[in-house]
Amino acid sequence: MQGYYPLFTAIPLAAAFFNLLVCKLNQKIADYIAFIVTAVLAVMAVKMVFLAPFVYKVGNWDPPFGILLVSDGLSSLMLVVINVISFLAVIFSFKYMTTYTAKPKYYSLFMLMIAGMNGVVITGDMFNLYVFLEIASIASYALVGFGTGKRELEASFKYLILGGVASTAVLFGIAFLYSMSGTLNMPDLAAQLEVTTSPRALAFVIALFIMGFGLKASAVPFHAWLPDAHPSAPAPISAMLSGVLIKALGMYTIMRIMFNVIGRNTLVSTLIMFLGALSMVVAGLLALGQTDFKRMLAYSSISQMGYVLIGLGLAFNPEVDVLIASLALIGALFHLVNHAVFKSLLFLCSGAIEYRTGTRQLDKLGGLIKKMPLTGLTCSIGSFSIAGVPPFNGFWSKLIIILALLRAGYWIYGSIAVVVGFITLLYFIKLQRKAIFGAVPPALAKVREAPFAMVLPLVILAALCLVMGLAYQVVEDHLLVAAKDILLDKTAFMNLLTGG
Amino acid sequence: MFLYFLTLVLMVMGLYCLIAKKNIVKKIIGIVIMEYSINLFLILIGYKKDGIAPILLKNVSVEELTSRGVDPLPQALVLTSIVIGLGTLALMVAICLRIYEKYKTFDMSKINKLKG
Repeated sequence: MQGYYPLFTAIPLAAAFFNLLVCKLNQKIADYIAFIVTAVLAVMAVKMVFLAPFVYKVGNWDPPFGILLVSDGLSSLMLVVINVISFLAVIFSFKYMTTYTAKPKYYSLFMLMIAGMNGVVITGDMFNLYVFLEIASIASYALVGFGTGKRELEASFKYLILGGVASTAVLFGIAFLYSMSGTLNMPDLAAQLEVTTSPRALAFVIALFIMGFGLKASAVPFHAWLPDAHPSAPAPISAMLSGVLIKALGMYTIMRIMFNVIGRNTLVSTLIMFLGALSMVVAGLLALGQTDFKRMLAYSSISQMGYVLIGLGLAFNPEVDVLIASLALIGALFHLVNHAVFKSLLFLCSGAIEYRTGTRQLDKLGGLIKKMPLTGLTCSIGSFSIAGVPPFNGFWSKLIIILALLRAGYWIYGSIAVVVGFITLLYFIKLQRKAIFGAVPPALAKVREAPFAMVLPLVILAALCLVMGLAYQVVEDHLLVAAKDILLDKTAFMNLLTGG
Repeated sequence: MFLYFLTLVLMVMGLYCLIAKKNIVKKIIGIVIMEYSINLFLILIGYKKDGIAPILLKNVSVEELTSRGVDPLPQALVLTSIVIGLGTLALMVAICLRIYEKYKTFDMSKINKLKG
């Protein structure tokens, strides 16, 4: 299995190019290629969870000269999230994307995006990370503008400009790190930075990375592109962007670089926690006033990412007790996984509703539980999960984060997290009341249930919401603990270089 | 040190162009200037006065190579970064043209369908 590790990027990259060639002959093949590729990737990703950590040397060059691919708890967790969600999004695309033209091009861009995200997650080299980050970003810029309407193009352009600034900041930071240490290899870099003599240069690098990756993760002062970009994309892509992309390109990179490469630091911890709290409150309040289904979900994504950031920030503080730091980190990682599940569920629901009713304005919808029972039910389950209603998964992750905050003595942040939980419940009740329940408007009298290929991923995701809530302990033992251990233990990460 | 400072000035100029100009073509030029300032910065990291190519030829001794040979890695990075920049630029220009087809203007303040 170790020798197959680079295939996580190689398979989708190859599929992206062959797809366009083969589809010159027959357009129908695109569906099958995308389905097979994502299915294979999802199975491989699930298998990776059960492997011990290892490093793969690309081209058999010894580190620190060659490029390393690192497999540890955190990478396997992210690989599972990325590949399972993308598999379900591809199933959803079969029917949904018939409303657009140029389906093969769509799948090719989709594959490029998966390749980029997988690459970001498995790489152990700073510059390699930048290259994959750009592959995933460029594919996502194009996908946001895929509809080529007025709104889509405007959103895509905004996203492109801000994403370009973020990439520039990241490259600047990487160049700075290279000039300080003379290496790009992450474990080696971590060892070099332990003995660094220029803390001010390091502070500048941290600022650049927080700006760059914060923009990709859309923490609040950098969030302006997300509410435009995510709703403008086709629904499966919105699900991928909100559910996976901001986590793989933003959250994962922040975690990996801050915890494993740079090391824990009190000042940066305060900054990240502040950004998290700001994201939660501002985006939560903005979501309350939205009347567009997908735009509300997009604001809610920013708000929920705030929870992840605040948990991370708490764990990043070296003065916090190890037990509390582990608790906060497990909460943050669990919320990250949960958010991937229920936010992609909700975006796919909005896609199914738009496919049948032709609108996503909440005022024009209503009573869909009678007309589209499965879509309505799964949408309700998703809303309950994200609002933190007990049997579902969102409840546990929010509870853990709040408990960790309170036990560490951050009363203000803890109470903000509780209040934002209520705000979340409030706007999802609004969404439910307007779209799913209530009277059916006369315009929607003839609406039918969405086709099978759309309902299937919805049902699977809704089941995951419930199962992950009930079997929370299993998820923690098999996925989260390994990821938390590697994040909190910088020396273990540095030892990968020699041990692998 | 002065050269490093100049790349920073170039980057800030690009950022200013990106923020202050309303024309989207000028915004694109701004982001390209920013990218190039980073490329110059990367090249400067590997720069050495009177440097030689880091290849061990017959008429070059090992001592001379280690003292005068330049660091080849930043040059490789810059090549990659230029190619990535080209990809982004192509996409930016393509989207810019499509925007002009739809809105009949390059003025960002008139391209405002998305609000809230």
